[in-house]
Amino acid sequence: MTERRDFLKFLAAAPLAHFAVTALDLEEAATKTRETLEKLAERGQQYQPKVFTPAEWRTARVLVDLVIPRDARSGSATDAKVPEFMDVFMETRENMRNWMRTGLAWLDEECNKRFTKTFVDCNDAQRKAVLDDIAWPRRARQEMQAGVRFFNNFRNFTASGFWSSQMGVQDLQYMGNRPTAQWNGCPTPALNKLGVKYS
Amino acid sequence: MTKSQQAEYDVCIVGSGAGGGMAAHRLALGGARVVVLEAGGWWDNTTSNSAMLRWPYQSSQRGSSTPDRPFGEFDACVGGWELPGEPFTRAEGTSFSWWRARMLGGRTNHWGRISLRFGPDDFKRKSIDGLGDDWPISYSDIAPYYDRVDDLVGIFGSAENLPNHPDGRFHPAPRPRCYELCVKQACDKMGIWCIPARLSVITKPLNGRAPCHYCGQCNRGCMTNSNFSSPNVLLLPAQRTNRLRIITNAMAREVTVNSQGLATGVSYINTATGRDEHVRARVVVLAASACESSRILLNSKSSQYPQGLANSSGVVGKYLTDTTGTDVAGFIPKLVDHVPHNCDGVGGGHIYMPWWIDNKKLDFPRGYHIEVWGGLGVPSYGFMGGIERYEPGGGYGAQLKNDYRRYYGSTIGFSGRGEQIPNADCYCELDPTVKDKYGIPVLRFHWKWTDHEINQVKHMQETFRALVSEMGGEVFSAMPTKERGYGIATGGSIIHELGTVRMGSDPKTSALNAWGQAWDCRNLFVADGGSFVSQADKNPTWTIMALAMRTSDKILELRKSGVI
Repeated sequence: MTERRDFLKFLAAAPLAHFAVTALDLEEAATKTRETLEKLAERGQQYQPKVFTPAEWRTARVLVDLVIPRDARSGSATDAKVPEFMDVFMETRENMRNWMRTGLAWLDEECNKRFTKTFVDCNDAQRKAVLDDIAWPRRARQEMQAGVRFFNNFRNFTASGFWSSQMGVQDLQYMGNRPTAQWNGCPTPALNKLGVKYS
Repeated sequence: MTKSQQAEYDVCIVGSGAGGGMAAHRLALGGARVVVLEAGGWWDNTTSNSAMLRWPYQSSQRGSSTPDRPFGEFDACVGGWELPGEPFTRAEGTSFSWWRARMLGGRTNHWGRISLRFGPDDFKRKSIDGLGDDWPISYSDIAPYYDRVDDLVGIFGSAENLPNHPDGRFHPAPRPRCYELCVKQACDKMGIWCIPARLSVITKPLNGRAPCHYCGQCNRGCMTNSNFSSPNVLLLPAQRTNRLRIITNAMAREVTVNSQGLATGVSYINTATGRDEHVRARVVVLAASACESSRILLNSKSSQYPQGLANSSGVVGKYLTDTTGTDVAGFIPKLVDHVPHNCDGVGGGHIYMPWWIDNKKLDFPRGYHIEVWGGLGVPSYGFMGGIERYEPGGGYGAQLKNDYRRYYGSTIGFSGRGEQIPNADCYCELDPTVKDKYGIPVLRFHWKWTDHEINQVKHMQETFRALVSEMGGEVFSAMPTKERGYGIATGGSIIHELGTVRMGSDPKTSALNAWGQAWDCRNLFVADGGSFVSQADKNPTWTIMALAMRTSDKILELRKSGVI
């Protein structure tokens, strides 16, 4: 992330006039910057997946962040290293590798059918069009059931990895797992909210 | 024989759990030289790398179960339902699960610490409703031992003076959690007794042990010994007498006897080397857990004991029971958008519901108690799986992320634990052909629930669903049908096997007398759940320990008088 900050500082410091650039140049530069930074980030990643193939890895990284995105309170699933968790967890669990492989393949197949592109190569709207059809089991169409099953599993798996991470535990404001001198019981604001009290 | 085994001990105890640990403690402190054989490896809560206070994210498995720790990687217990090389078999048509712990302290390392005294009625059930059998003892025989166990081990609870739920000598009980207050509110409206739990967790210092620090992780092995498990509360303190030797990785094969038919010691396999060993003792106490003890007896055949040791009555292996069980979880809308706070408490419910109805009004003869779970547990693998069952029905993105936050802590669960009556179709015997990796014949189980249990479990399901409804909640799963036994848990899966070496007043229909002493062999005793005549609507562990202490007192007395 420091590369990005440094680059932006550089851009801000240099007046445009010095470089005689056009708007088109800027747009091209922005795209180039993004691609460079992504490659830098990818190279900077220590983790080499053992289960996910490179293509599956790219898909899973996009998908987990669609499931649990960054927001004001905490980072995204990739920020919390959920894909890494998934890869290690699946190493010893054949049944999970099976549904993950099958499901990611299904996703690419569905995107290919609709947009002649893989999931990763689709744009945001296209990806969401497919997800909207499998993320809501109660109203999903019959022919989407394989996707529904996959997405239920994937959502559960993402949630497991995110909420049990340090980032997730803090986001939930979980306050336990520590030795305390006394048990304080249910705090007064909670008693009032629930309409219960200690006798 | 190696030099170390030439020594003859006063007592050899097989098994180091609740019964074995208590017997070792009482006997060593009483002056006997004791050896304990434990099939598994060493464990000490304070030094054996307990996972207490470990965060899920400190492990790539995030707390999920592993092959040798099926209850979760952070759970203390090493063991399993299926142990490699240690199979068991089932008769055709039988569903039965058999848990084996394989570590010092056995099941006391993973149990729920729920510590309930049997009540006066529980020893005299046949006299009350004509079913099953009466014990050869009554509550007044065991009450002084319950008192001593309370004082030695420590237990919290509250004086309630409820019929057939005797109060103990209690440490102060921790107040209910938020969701438990909601449960109590509903119970009060429905006329269900709901009182503070009774757990073997100390809330005041006791015998040099620090009181509970409320991290909610009793099952991980308490590094401060603030709850009960056999190694740290019984065995290690008993070792300070210098009269207790513990041999781990020792799988007992059989009890050896002499030409007079008296026990002379125990043959076992050193599981680390695979070699056969033998330890000599003047008295043998079996406390390997009910079915394992009966298995040892059945495998201890000799010319004096062709059907196995202590089995002239033929009852060894019979009268096998387990606790009945079923669970219902409910979504409670008023728990959504919780107020963040530390909800850990002790490692178990702070409330429970003891059996509250007169069975004469019902279509089943025996009762059950209700355990409660829920709250803001440490997020681990499996966190809030199945969120698509909650409104708005799934999704992804910002909406979903917020749903997890809001619904965290909004599920409550109930588990019933009820009394099964012994029946002729529930027993274990030696399998005629199968042996384990040590060459020891394994057990074959027979199992069948009756309407007594199935109707009881139906009542549990109906009661739990009514409780959820009373709290304004919703149960997502449909009530199991009668064909599925209304959701009755598989036999053995509650891990309260009792009765396979039952005591009685008639040597023709029991294996032990009221002291846990074998009728056929006066220097052989049983100090685990095998001696029980019946279950109760209460867990057996506290009673196992009280009986083990009582049996140990008798052994000391008989030694003193020279009988054994």
